[in-house]
Amino acid sequence: MARHPILPPRQDYAMVTAEVADVAHNPVIRRRWWLAMAAAVPLVVAFLASTGLLFWLGTGVWGINIPVNWGLAIINTVWWVGIGHAGTLISSLLLLMGEGWRNSLNRFAEAMTLFAATMAGLFPILHLGRPELFYWNFPIPSTFGVWPQFRSPLAWDFFSFVSYVLVSLAFWYVGMIPDLATLRDRSTGAAKAVYGALALGWRGSAVHWARWRQAYLGIAAAAFHLVISVHSGVAMLFAGGPIPGWHTTIFPPYFVLGAVFSGFAVVIMLAIGLRTAFRLAPLITMRHLDILGRLLLATGLLTLYAYLADAFHAWYSGDSYEIRTLLDRVGGEYAWSAWTAVTLNFGAIQLLWWRRPRRSQAVLFLAGLSVAAGMWFERYMLVVSGLYRDYLPSAWHTYDATLWEWLLFAGTGGVFVVLFLLFARWLPMVSIFEVKEELERRG
Amino acid sequence: MPATGEAMNGTVSRRAVLKGLAAAGLAGCGDEASRLSIPYADQPEGITPGVPAWYATAMEFQGYAQPVLAESHMGRPTKLEGNPDSPWARGATDAFTQAACAILYDPQRSLAIRPGDWAGFTRVVMGVPAGGLRILTGTVTSPTLARQLAALTEAGARWHVHEPVGRETMMRASRLAFGRVVDTHLLLESCRVVVVVDDDLLGPGPDQVRRVRGWAEARRHGQPRLMVAEPTLSTTGAVAQDRLAVAGRRLPLLVEAIAAELGLGARRPGLTEAEKDWASAAALALGVNPGRGVLTVGAPLPAESLALAHAVNQAVGNTGRTVVHTEPVAVVPRDGEDSFRALVEDMAAGSVEAVLILDGNPVYTAPADLDFRSALVRVPLKIHAGLFDDETAALCDWHVPLAHALEEWTDLRAPDGTATIVQPLIDPVFGARRRHEILAAVMGESGAEARRIVMDTWRPFLGEPFEPLWRRVLHEGVVPGTEAQVARVTASARRLASPIADADGLELVFRPDPTVWDGRYAPIAWLQELPKPLTKLTWDAVAAIAPMLAARLGIADGDVVEIAAAGRTITAPAWSLPGQAGDTVTLFLGYGRQRVALPGAGGYDAYRLRLADSPWVLGGAGLRRTGAHVELATTQPHRHLHGHEELLSPQPEPAEPPSLYPDWDYPRFAWGMVIDLDLCVGCNACVVACQAENNIPVVGKSEVARGREMHWLRVDVYHDDDGATHFAPIPCMHCEKAPCEMGCPVNATVHGPDGLNQMIYNRCIGTRTCSSYCPYKVRRFNFFDYAAIQPDTHRYLRNPDVTVRANGVMEKCTYCVQRIRRAQIEARAEERPVADGSFTTACAQACPSRAIVFGDLNDPRSRVAALRGDPRHFAMLAHLGTRPRTTYLARIRES
Amino acid sequence: MFCLLAEFATHHQLREAARAAHRDGYSRVDAYSPFPVEGLAEDLGFTEDRVPWLTFLGGVAGAAATLFIQWWANVVDYPINVGGRPLAAWPAFLFPSFEVGTLWAVLAAAIGMLVMNGLPGGGHPLLRFEAFHLATDDKFFLAILADDPRFDEAATRRFLEDLGAEGIWEVPP
Repeated sequence: MARHPILPPRQDYAMVTAEVADVAHNPVIRRRWWLAMAAAVPLVVAFLASTGLLFWLGTGVWGINIPVNWGLAIINTVWWVGIGHAGTLISSLLLLMGEGWRNSLNRFAEAMTLFAATMAGLFPILHLGRPELFYWNFPIPSTFGVWPQFRSPLAWDFFSFVSYVLVSLAFWYVGMIPDLATLRDRSTGAAKAVYGALALGWRGSAVHWARWRQAYLGIAAAAFHLVISVHSGVAMLFAGGPIPGWHTTIFPPYFVLGAVFSGFAVVIMLAIGLRTAFRLAPLITMRHLDILGRLLLATGLLTLYAYLADAFHAWYSGDSYEIRTLLDRVGGEYAWSAWTAVTLNFGAIQLLWWRRPRRSQAVLFLAGLSVAAGMWFERYMLVVSGLYRDYLPSAWHTYDATLWEWLLFAGTGGVFVVLFLLFARWLPMVSIFEVKEELERRG
Repeated sequence: MPATGEAMNGTVSRRAVLKGLAAAGLAGCGDEASRLSIPYADQPEGITPGVPAWYATAMEFQGYAQPVLAESHMGRPTKLEGNPDSPWARGATDAFTQAACAILYDPQRSLAIRPGDWAGFTRVVMGVPAGGLRILTGTVTSPTLARQLAALTEAGARWHVHEPVGRETMMRASRLAFGRVVDTHLLLESCRVVVVVDDDLLGPGPDQVRRVRGWAEARRHGQPRLMVAEPTLSTTGAVAQDRLAVAGRRLPLLVEAIAAELGLGARRPGLTEAEKDWASAAALALGVNPGRGVLTVGAPLPAESLALAHAVNQAVGNTGRTVVHTEPVAVVPRDGEDSFRALVEDMAAGSVEAVLILDGNPVYTAPADLDFRSALVRVPLKIHAGLFDDETAALCDWHVPLAHALEEWTDLRAPDGTATIVQPLIDPVFGARRRHEILAAVMGESGAEARRIVMDTWRPFLGEPFEPLWRRVLHEGVVPGTEAQVARVTASARRLASPIADADGLELVFRPDPTVWDGRYAPIAWLQELPKPLTKLTWDAVAAIAPMLAARLGIADGDVVEIAAAGRTITAPAWSLPGQAGDTVTLFLGYGRQRVALPGAGGYDAYRLRLADSPWVLGGAGLRRTGAHVELATTQPHRHLHGHEELLSPQPEPAEPPSLYPDWDYPRFAWGMVIDLDLCVGCNACVVACQAENNIPVVGKSEVARGREMHWLRVDVYHDDDGATHFAPIPCMHCEKAPCEMGCPVNATVHGPDGLNQMIYNRCIGTRTCSSYCPYKVRRFNFFDYAAIQPDTHRYLRNPDVTVRANGVMEKCTYCVQRIRRAQIEARAEERPVADGSFTTACAQACPSRAIVFGDLNDPRSRVAALRGDPRHFAMLAHLGTRPRTTYLARIRES
Repeated sequence: MFCLLAEFATHHQLREAARAAHRDGYSRVDAYSPFPVEGLAEDLGFTEDRVPWLTFLGGVAGAAATLFIQWWANVVDYPINVGGRPLAAWPAFLFPSFEVGTLWAVLAAAIGMLVMNGLPGGGHPLLRFEAFHLATDDKFFLAILADDPRFDEAATRRFLEDLGAEGIWEVPP
């Protein structure tokens, strides 16, 4: 990337600081921020209402049944956690590979990861019959002296979600300490006290920086592996059961690829949103968008390969139930979910073969939206069409999500947006010091 | 087992406790009831908390006894089992009997006599001159009731019988063939061939238990052939080897053709090739199996056809061997088959001063053309006694709540004639009155006690010393020497030509509903939610039409159609039923109740199209779509095997894959179950037995429609490409390599030391992973707090040995673990091994065909271990390597 | 006095100054930059690799502890037949071990880094010094602490001036 400077010329360190740190003081940006907040808050109310009713009456307010006893909740959890993986990948893998252009993207991508993983973590708890007892997944002996059942992919997912949220938080926070110090040093009064407390007394000492870098690289190396393992664990939640359409070894890579694919789609949408709404174009450049577009195309093609391999496996197995599920997915009751997924996932991204669309904000945003939606439909297809017809025709039953499931899903979208807006308002959306580092590297 | 029912009346303190419990609890003061039920400062005699008491008694179904042993916990009847000492029941029951406790505690039962009190009622009835009194009952087998009715008749009153699913055709046929009324019993166990013309032998009815057992015995010991011709698929048709779908109006021709082939009468023209072939095959089969076959013709056909069948059976040599005629078990009223019509005519003519309707709902069940309602309102004094304040009660001047059989002192005879003394397990809980006391009041003996009245009936029969003999028959639940006497009758050789109905329009075929029968069980939620054997519908009745007709008229399941016949119309949701004759529509009785209906129950009132002269078949009907559509709640939306025949049969190659997992030892017990699909007739007795035993909640129609029914045991019904129907009861498979257990993150479902797949409710957090991973989908989830939405009174119904499950918790079949543990504890206390067959699961115990066998696989001499060696033995989805403990014996398919 | 603080315009100047101070025998020296400057700490004699080791050991300890608790809970403390699977299901146990090991590695890295850096540490004299605030924006600072054995206010100030500092301040304690 060094051949093509990623940041525009005539940037100096103080400008970078001001561009990021003073976003909140611009009246136009503030108005936009409040508008976005006003749009998101009703969704938060929907979240609270649908969660309240759920706790009051039980999971029966959803459309789930036997056999489809997992519905939108599990679909949403897979979708949200998948989105998070792109943030981790940008922050960790690209850091380790020395791709400096990531420095404009990693902070908000990490925030996206943290908030998406939190939303993802909510659903498995909300979907429990007795959500207040979710902590029984922890290895603490209960009154019966019984432990968690560690062979269950669900137990794995519990550990991996908890680890993932905490690791994402640590990665995000450790990476943000120097920027918090910057904010501390630019603010006064109560804000200074708060930023000061969060900055932990950071003062940019060379030795501190050296240890910080060691730790940051170590965290990055660890977090990168979580991208692989967390979503493999999610895949195993399905592959672990002897259910046609689920019980296959390709699921972990299939899921990881799809997760990263959907995550890049959301990163693109957020990047375009931030650079437009918060005037961060000098830091998040068209060049960044171009690279993200290429990544979206590449991960999309990998995901397409996984689709084909999954279908091939089903056919090659010769198992009549697997083949029936495969045919049912493309021609049965829920074929719409499969075809919507295929269309949305692989249609729009074909434009990204060309440079012009990759450099069009509108095209990129719509491609990202298409993929984010498409990957949600893919999860719908995987969960519902796996369960609604498994072995015994007598047990077959369809599933329709209720209003409360949709409201809860939309509600988590609202909570995500609100968290992200709060982050954008109070915390550095772009890593100030890493952009400076990139400027320095450029010379 | 002491004759505790007898002792009950003497134990005053216990009676007081029960009365307080019942009165306080059932009136809705739950807290007071639980306070009253707990403290045993003064413990009543004969009750050990935690140990149930058992009483031999009988439930009633259409006047006939269904002998049972009733389980009582702390004075509350909770569960019924077939009385093994009854030669009729032999320990089995049907689905209705299993639901009897739910009826006892039904919250809709009427609570009080109205408009006055019992004293006022006795004053009123004593003022009625006997000559102007009419008494209307259902079928009567009770010797005591018969004795009281005889006394009343002698005093000038007249007794009439109305039974919606009545025996009028059989009685008329019997008079035609033999000159008098006799009962006909089929010894199916001795048959090599059973030819059925529209007679649902194995379906629900008062004699189902015996017939299913007989058929199962025949299947076990040979390969009897069952040939059925019928217009609509019945249970019998579903298990037949050779079934022909024919409209009801053509069936008499088939009977005549069979008779003609066997040398009786002449064949009439007009049979199709298929009909001819079927009749010839049937006649041939009957002819080559003299004395080892049966031709049976059902009530929907004209009496002449039934009488002709009697002649055929006699000619082939079946009579006396597989077909036995006895003196009638039910008392024949003075007007015989026309008993009810005579009453309605007299009422309409204004010549009836008072009518006492004892346990019946004729305003709802009377054929439409008799216009019973108009006739009834002309009677000056109308008295209704029944369990419910129903449509008839609403039109009557007096309503008296009637005691349930579990509260009753009476006597009943099983269809084979064997009498049982019905003794109460509990005082009448809703201030109900016992029927003999009501009749005694009518006779002016208002202080008479039902127990004394019944004893008076039996005193001459039992002889002296009466007391010990009386105690003995109460204890056994069977009165020896009461079986019906064989009648020496000869079928007349008179030519019996049946009238043949017109052929234009559609033919309506009326059937009692398989779960609410003639409507008497419509208020019972258990039976509403019990899936109908062939459609798996709940909470609804449909108009069944042939799939071809549905396709031709563009009618989808649930489309509302208007059905017109004889100048009346009803609207009903349509349903295409495989095996339905093309030009027929089956209507089910029992729905469309105006009163005491349950919210959510759908359906229509088929009685509004029913005619007194032809209650079962009505030609010339029209059907058209209304454009409306209703949602129907079926527990099994897919009833076709979709080519997966391997689900129900052994697979040729070694089906079970090798495993990386270690073999676990089950050193002491290894409980297992084998279900013989060849014997299952889909009767549902097991399903209701499981519900009663395991406190399974009812969830309501909308929840069933969502796919959230809670039955731990389901009976799958499948149609295959050959048009055959298959039943397959599916409990938990208790897999040794259970995928469900692997999925649970909190150890809420694990394996027991005896191989049980255990569910630990209080450990469950409701991830539902176990259900997602279950290949058989036998797990059930409490999506809501279903236990809390059961009627308050049903808390008395609950089995105290089984946990009531909370909201958000998974549940499933446990193999009745409470029974297993009780048996193990008792065996240990008595220092003996647990003998095979000394206990069994609720489903196996209820099963009339004994298709379900449960036992210890570690015991090489156990029945279940032996059945595992049967060549028909297979494990469902064995290729998944789940190693189920519940396995199957495949159905035998004759080529 | 806490230290003498010298401001530099570029990180190149800062690195030169740091090298010079180190060469000159100053041992109580620190350099401050708004972003991590490659090699700056080494210029001051920084050679440690404790954080990577701590990260590695944290990961190993987390994985081992998780593996142990699974084995102990399932095999020793409460052995129970689950789905006919082995009690010690190592392939399954590896998954939580990996995840928790990762978590511990990350926590060890983050907490270890902070503790070794003496953070959180409020009230540092430099943080109270107004001119130093540009250290988190666009300026580069070198501090020679007053308790350095070679510290001599005049000589050290001269030394810093010679290095081309744009400003030199006395930072009070």
